Amino acid sequence: MDSQPTTPLAALIHARGLIKRFGDFTAVDGIDVDVRRGEAFGFLGPNGAGKSSTMRMIGCVSPPTGGVLEILGLDPRRDGPRIRAKLGVCPQLDNLDIELTVRENLTTYARFFGIPRKEARRRADELLEFVQLAERADSKVEPLSGGMKRRLTIARAMVNQPEVVLLDEPTTGLDPQARHLVWERLFRLKQQGVTLVLTTHYMDEAEQLCDRLVVMDGGRIVAEGSPRTLIERYSTREVVELRFNTDDQAAYADKLAGIGERLEVLPDRILLYVGDGDGAVDEVNRRSLSPAGVLVRRSSLEDVFLHLTGRTLVD
Amino acid sequence: MVSLVMPRLLSFEGTGRRAASVTERNISTLRSAYWVVMVSGFLEPVLYLFSIGVGVGALIGDITLPGGEVVGYAEFVAPAMLAASAMTGALAETTFNFFGKMKFVRLYEGILATPVRPIEIALGELAWAMVRGVIYSAAFVVIMTLMGLTTWGRALAMLPATLLVGLAFGALGMAVATIIRSWQDFDLIAAGQFALFLFSGTFVPPTAYPAVVRWLIEATPLYRSVDLIRALSTGTTGWLQLLDVAYLLVLMTVGLTVAGRRMQKQLCK
Repeated sequence: MDSQPTTPLAALIHARGLIKRFGDFTAVDGIDVDVRRGEAFGFLGPNGAGKSSTMRMIGCVSPPTGGVLEILGLDPRRDGPRIRAKLGVCPQLDNLDIELTVRENLTTYARFFGIPRKEARRRADELLEFVQLAERADSKVEPLSGGMKRRLTIARAMVNQPEVVLLDEPTTGLDPQARHLVWERLFRLKQQGVTLVLTTHYMDEAEQLCDRLVVMDGGRIVAEGSPRTLIERYSTREVVELRFNTDDQAAYADKLAGIGERLEVLPDRILLYVGDGDGAVDEVNRRSLSPAGVLVRRSSLEDVFLHLTGRTLVD
Repeated sequence: MVSLVMPRLLSFEGTGRRAASVTERNISTLRSAYWVVMVSGFLEPVLYLFSIGVGVGALIGDITLPGGEVVGYAEFVAPAMLAASAMTGALAETTFNFFGKMKFVRLYEGILATPVRPIEIALGELAWAMVRGVIYSAAFVVIMTLMGLTTWGRALAMLPATLLVGLAFGALGMAVATIIRSWQDFDLIAAGQFALFLFSGTFVPPTAYPAVVRWLIEATPLYRSVDLIRALSTGTTGWLQLLDVAYLLVLMTVGLTVAGRRMQKQLCK
């Protein structure tokens, strides 16, 4: 087989009509994705949207059921080991080696890539500095905190100096301090030119890290673009959150009609999607509706996300 | 089935290196407490040899081998204990430990994100099981020779044979570990292992049983192992031992193939 790679020069990951089925269940339902060198690309979506299945296919540990997938110009069905040699993977659930120390986790992992022992040790020490774990180098993995384990997993994903790093929900379950430290390290990797591909259901994470992202829902891509363009396209510039002193917020919906582009009634508040938040609040006051609470904020990816994927709880 | 997997496996030059890196990972986990496991594994066949081979042997007297040679009972039992110990050592590592690594600690998920492939994990784990098995075997043949149950030359010939026995049972154990679902199933494995240990011509020649039972015994992997090592130990090798070797090689290949395929199916969904 001497098929020419059809990947555009800059696209490290190229998918067309990519499908993954498990029996009758379709996890990924024909998605098109191009990830370019040096960018941070996000898959955003609720649980069960197909993010992790997509990541496993890109990581060459899950064969696609259909469609085209090329990674670094290679076919994952045939060139799995060659592709994986250039990938770094940080899975959703930590799978660190609990029988080894922190440093050994990195040196042993390096050996799986065929890196000589001396070089493995040098890289391990360097990476432990990078993720601020140098002082725990000889500790076992078990007593580490969740944030430390996650940083160690990220360091492990870097041990082969990968061209692409895959991060499946990198900060899920971490406290705010740990989360910010991880973000900061990931941002530095991006500055060094490493291509990052991550999944998340945190909007702030996507806004912080991603140059470009796709929103997935039910195995399909429902929107694509930079965080800013998505907000512009699927939301308004500002959102006004109104709380009324009543059990029935919906009763106020009619009275607010005509203010802003869109209105959403939640059990505890009403959201007005507007271009000018203060102007909208003035209008609310003019109609003497006197809400108990008023909040004007900038529209976020969360608004886009909820607009596109709905508010029903998926689990 | 075998021919489909093996050429792909052997044609890839990185396979040996990657399988070795898996073995190396296991060596890195060695801690000082491991000597307890080592000593207990070594003691078991030695205790059997003394209690039954020497002790019970004093009541039994001599045994006549199929070829007509007459040997003392301890000489008869010792090579069987060596074969059984090679089996036990290989199975301990490839069933219990392998199952735990695959299903519970998600160790292999991490490894499979690297260039290492499922079949290479299987090969690396098998090689690791052999490291431990060969140490047991070497210590045991030294004891056998010091007791005058065999000669130094034959002892040397027995070592590669125990390695083959370990490889065959290790591969079989790994295949079984990919099939079983829970820790409870290990009771079944232990029962099967014990039945093999008692009836594979270890303490009694199979000719002592009715013809049907005898054929059944002669078809078991442990009997073929005992037959091979006993012939080497007593210096009575013949054409039948080629059959033993072929049997064990086939068992190893089938076991590895099944294990590799099932790992691929379960871990790379």
